[in-house]
Amino acid sequence: MANNKIRRPGITDEAPWVKWLLTGIALVFIGLFLLIPLVSVFFEALRKGWELYLAALVEPDALSAVKLTLVTALIAVPLNLTFGVAAAWAIAKFEFKGKSVLITLIDLPFSVSPVVAGLIYVLLFGAHGWFGEWLGAHDIKIIFAVPGIVLATIFVTFPFVARELIPLMEAQGSDEEQAALVLGASGLQTFWRVTLPNIKWGLLYGVILANARAMGEFGAVSVVSGHIRGMTNTIPLHVEILYNEYNFVGAFACASILALLALVTLALKSWVEWKAERDDEAARIAANAE
Amino acid sequence: MSIEIKGITKQFGAFKALNDISLDVNSGELLALLGPSGCGKTTLLRVIAGLETADAGQILFHGNDATQTHVRERQVGFVFQHYALFRHMTVFENVAFGLRVRPKSTRPSDAEIKRRVHELLDLVQLDWLADRYPAQLSGGQRQRIALARALAVEPKVLLLDEPFGALDTQVRKELRRWLRRLHDEMHITSVFVTHDQEEALEVADRIVVMNKGQIEQIGTPEQVYDTPASPFVYQFLGDVNLFHSRVHEGWAEVAGQRFAAPEGKGALVYVRPHEIDLTRDAIDHAIAGQIAHIRLLGATVRLEVTVPDSEAVEVELVREQYQQNQWRVGEKVYLTPKNAQVYTDFSI
Repeated sequence: MANNKIRRPGITDEAPWVKWLLTGIALVFIGLFLLIPLVSVFFEALRKGWELYLAALVEPDALSAVKLTLVTALIAVPLNLTFGVAAAWAIAKFEFKGKSVLITLIDLPFSVSPVVAGLIYVLLFGAHGWFGEWLGAHDIKIIFAVPGIVLATIFVTFPFVARELIPLMEAQGSDEEQAALVLGASGLQTFWRVTLPNIKWGLLYGVILANARAMGEFGAVSVVSGHIRGMTNTIPLHVEILYNEYNFVGAFACASILALLALVTLALKSWVEWKAERDDEAARIAANAE
Repeated sequence: MSIEIKGITKQFGAFKALNDISLDVNSGELLALLGPSGCGKTTLLRVIAGLETADAGQILFHGNDATQTHVRERQVGFVFQHYALFRHMTVFENVAFGLRVRPKSTRPSDAEIKRRVHELLDLVQLDWLADRYPAQLSGGQRQRIALARALAVEPKVLLLDEPFGALDTQVRKELRRWLRRLHDEMHITSVFVTHDQEEALEVADRIVVMNKGQIEQIGTPEQVYDTPASPFVYQFLGDVNLFHSRVHEGWAEVAGQRFAAPEGKGALVYVRPHEIDLTRDAIDHAIAGQIAHIRLLGATVRLEVTVPDSEAVEVELVREQYQQNQWRVGEKVYLTPKNAQVYTDFSI
């Protein structure tokens, strides 16, 4: 099947120089804007040798930034996973009033600038914010502390899982769930045995994207963090501080962690896509073999 | 188990899908809900299953009110038009699903589940497909698996929503005969929805003809076909020729032909295309016309005859009769209806 490529005459039969020119332009752009910056991150990080690179990574402030980033992602991603599945389930499988409002609200974090998102939390929970006095009286710190960073991260990663699942679940319809109910399955059994297996690849894809964003978020987190070294700095914020202090090796060393993370994310993403496609393909080939 | 449906009404926004439907389904019968799309037949089936809640009315299973019973506890088997097989499970797991989700106390052992599933797969003659996935099956096979899955939970009632609607003609005819035989073996009370009158006439013990959320007629296939209760039923159960007429002293007249008619003002006279005699010689009271088209439809031949003051009349002849007389386009002919159904004061 895969070897059976269809030739469409006239559509892709451009003159060779046109092909080379278009391909060349694309390659130059990719090289200039993606490849060179990526290579330069690792180049700058390793410029003064492995020892300094490793020393920059195991430095206490850097370690604390890594830890905070991981903690934030560990809280934000599962929460948004739960919310995203629930919201997509509600939107795709049920009809209710205010559905379009809910869809718009889910998209809000995509359309609002992350800095504004951060500011919202400062306005709400900051010392001079709406709940500031009450929080101060009860000695609860949100802004310039870890809870604020987690809140801001949850906000910016809000739409990823839901956005990924809604079209998928809408396309699948709710026939299978109804069939499960008629056969006597409870709501939970229906979810675990029917709905979840059908959306697993889309869900994983959404989680990977949400995780990448959670670890890399700068704007919203920057507003609420207060940049306290070793306390409220995530990796992106730590990179900025080091860079501003002309500590280039340190800055690029930490940046290389983020870059590596991006590469791992890309690899995972491709793997998920490949896997999902292969599942489909296997089913199709087997169907054609009938 | 018998089903009683009492005064079921269901509204979707401004659209009245079901309007005060009452109906009894006898224990062990195979009942067809027949009607055009949008007539409410599928909604009624879903209300019986509990997948849809009625705005008013009651559903009784074997005399017990089931209106408030959750779909999970109604013990119905439901076969969906598009099969709704679980795509990530094998055929075996699909059929086993209803048994596996039971609470521990009533769940059969793995060995028992295996035995039951293979028994059902044997019943639908597809045991050799147990390890396949739904995407690997043909439409007809999928629908048979869907039926096996529905039967696995030993339902008291079997509900089928356009079970053969998505299949091609050949497979469809085969499957509906098979369904009839299966029903004769199992005697489970069954209701199936269809828009295909041929299917309903061939398979069902009784037919419920529905239109615009209401029941037009309930009866055996012979009853609804031979004595349709309304112009709608007559039209829906086969091709028709319609003549508009007026009733005068107990007779409705169409182009010189007279039909006995109950008293009323306007009359609709229906004649089926295969119940018309065609001659070359003028006969008393025959309707004169001219052959406009001839279409060969396999075993039958359909002629379109233009008639003055009326719409074109369709005449259906068996092939042999057509060949004997050698009818040609443009010929003058005379039509004599052998049978007609007259309705007075009906609007269509």
